[in-house]
Amino acid sequence: MATTETLTAKNLAAGQLPGSAVDRYARRKLINYIFVGLTSIATAVAITALVMILYSLVAKGFSGLNLTVFTVDTPAGGEDLGSGGLRNAIVGSLMICAMGMLLAVSIGIMAGTWLAEYGDGNKLATIVRFLNDVLLSAPSILIGLFAYELFVVPFHGGSAIAGAIALAIVTTPVVTRTTEDILRLQSSQLREAGVALGAGKGLVIRSIIWRASRTGLVTGGLLGFARMSGETAPLLFTTAGNQFFSMNVTQPIASLPYTIANFALSADDNWRRLAWVASLLIAAAVLSANIIGRHLARGSQNK
Amino acid sequence: MSFNESQATQAAGVSTVMVAPPAAERVLDVRGLDFYYGKKQSLYGVDLPVARNKITALIGPSGCGKSTLLRTLNRIYDLYPGQRAEGQILFNGENILNAKDKPVDGAPVATSSRIGGDAAKLRARIGMVFQRPTPFPMSIYENIAFGVRLYRKVTKAEMDEIVEVSLTRAALWDEVKDQLDKSGLGLSGGQQQRLCVARGIAVQPEILLLDEPASALDPLSTSKLEAALMELKDSLTIVIVTHNLQQAARICDYTGFMLLGRLVEFRPSSDAFVKPETEAMRDYVTGRYG
Repeated sequence: MATTETLTAKNLAAGQLPGSAVDRYARRKLINYIFVGLTSIATAVAITALVMILYSLVAKGFSGLNLTVFTVDTPAGGEDLGSGGLRNAIVGSLMICAMGMLLAVSIGIMAGTWLAEYGDGNKLATIVRFLNDVLLSAPSILIGLFAYELFVVPFHGGSAIAGAIALAIVTTPVVTRTTEDILRLQSSQLREAGVALGAGKGLVIRSIIWRASRTGLVTGGLLGFARMSGETAPLLFTTAGNQFFSMNVTQPIASLPYTIANFALSADDNWRRLAWVASLLIAAAVLSANIIGRHLARGSQNK
Repeated sequence: MSFNESQATQAAGVSTVMVAPPAAERVLDVRGLDFYYGKKQSLYGVDLPVARNKITALIGPSGCGKSTLLRTLNRIYDLYPGQRAEGQILFNGENILNAKDKPVDGAPVATSSRIGGDAAKLRARIGMVFQRPTPFPMSIYENIAFGVRLYRKVTKAEMDEIVEVSLTRAALWDEVKDQLDKSGLGLSGGQQQRLCVARGIAVQPEILLLDEPASALDPLSTSKLEAALMELKDSLTIVIVTHNLQQAARICDYTGFMLLGRLVEFRPSSDAFVKPETEAMRDYVTGRYG
């Protein structure tokens, strides 16, 4: 067997390699090619899927896009193709997301700050960090169900505020995690410099560490927003949907993901058109949040 | 200069030489200080007298405990759980360690705490500048105003004056007077370090601690910083950790040599470099180790 052949001082001195070494080299090269090939194929598959999704979104969504999408509310079933819009769903989505972000960002930044600044060597912090990671990957339908039991059942009906809370539960772990990571990037000397002037640790965190981490924190918020704006399951349980325009946070409200879920599976051509347009709008929002977030993150690294 | 104390003791097999300033001149007096990082002891019975309005240098090989000693003097180590100091650090005669009931200038100093705010009053009087420049992410003006606002309510005009005086004394005013509203992060390393000095002296401390302040600076910036420190001596006391022996010889009045967590030799700088008495310090200043 080739592998039993050994390098002896004798054939090394003679400038010879054991016969099997060349074979092994050829084999390594072949394995290398196969490995590179497999990773390339996997990448191509992933990219193709993404491109196909974006293509179908643009192809089918863009054609249905017009001004009335933004100025008219969702139509009843059976209306002419091209009539009706998404105004109530767009406004509803914006309201739910704004309230949800307000909750998620304030809780997430505070929790992340506690983990990064006060949690070292603290058992509770280890547990909180672990639970946060669990929540980070929890199926959003479970979170929707949880919010339904807690904020919909007792009030006998869905509401915008219940939807916002459900989305906040989905997003808070994202913001908590990024906040902790970002704050840990700041040097301990910067903290000490503030404390050495006689400032309390809390003040140092608020006026120096947060400020130094500003772009990172904004990036974390934007990534959270990207996650939030596409979430559908929690909204199905909590907002109850609304065919009409509403800005009452205690009443059922329309939203883009809810509208998509409702319209896309219907037999009504006009509804399906609007479902595509809504999908396009969400994709555009998520894409721009991601791009802005990454751009900011890169900008802060260059500084 | 007169010296009323001269003692040689035997510690851990290394002979110790101490030529200290008179007790009446000392603003800080460290006595028998032990320091622990968790269970690991890193300072052993250190005595360090610091004379008022003088510059005291701490030298020694890496890891000898210079920075650790410096970090006990304003209790910045309080920030880290598990670090503790035992012994006495007398600041104007009052022990700042475990000084729960003992007031420093009328203001009680609480015991150490992980929240880190308790020694704040002490730190207002004992400032610190770090190895790497640590400008705050705000304007040059705000960098200095930040510390001042912690203690005093001042008018805009007063603040303007404090900013100008502090920057002037740190030898930075002429370079930044037209860009006070620009970010402190945009300055060069040497300018940033002098900004940190200006920020430190703006709150009018009695003592300024510097932890290798010039190690990240080029020679020109270093000499500017040194000139600023020489000027500051009139109004405050400086303790500086340095790896640069020329720097210690140039600007310092007293030099303490540390080795393996002990203060081995302490004496006026002129003597210290001309004729070190301990073998360990002689080896160090002649470059035989460290």
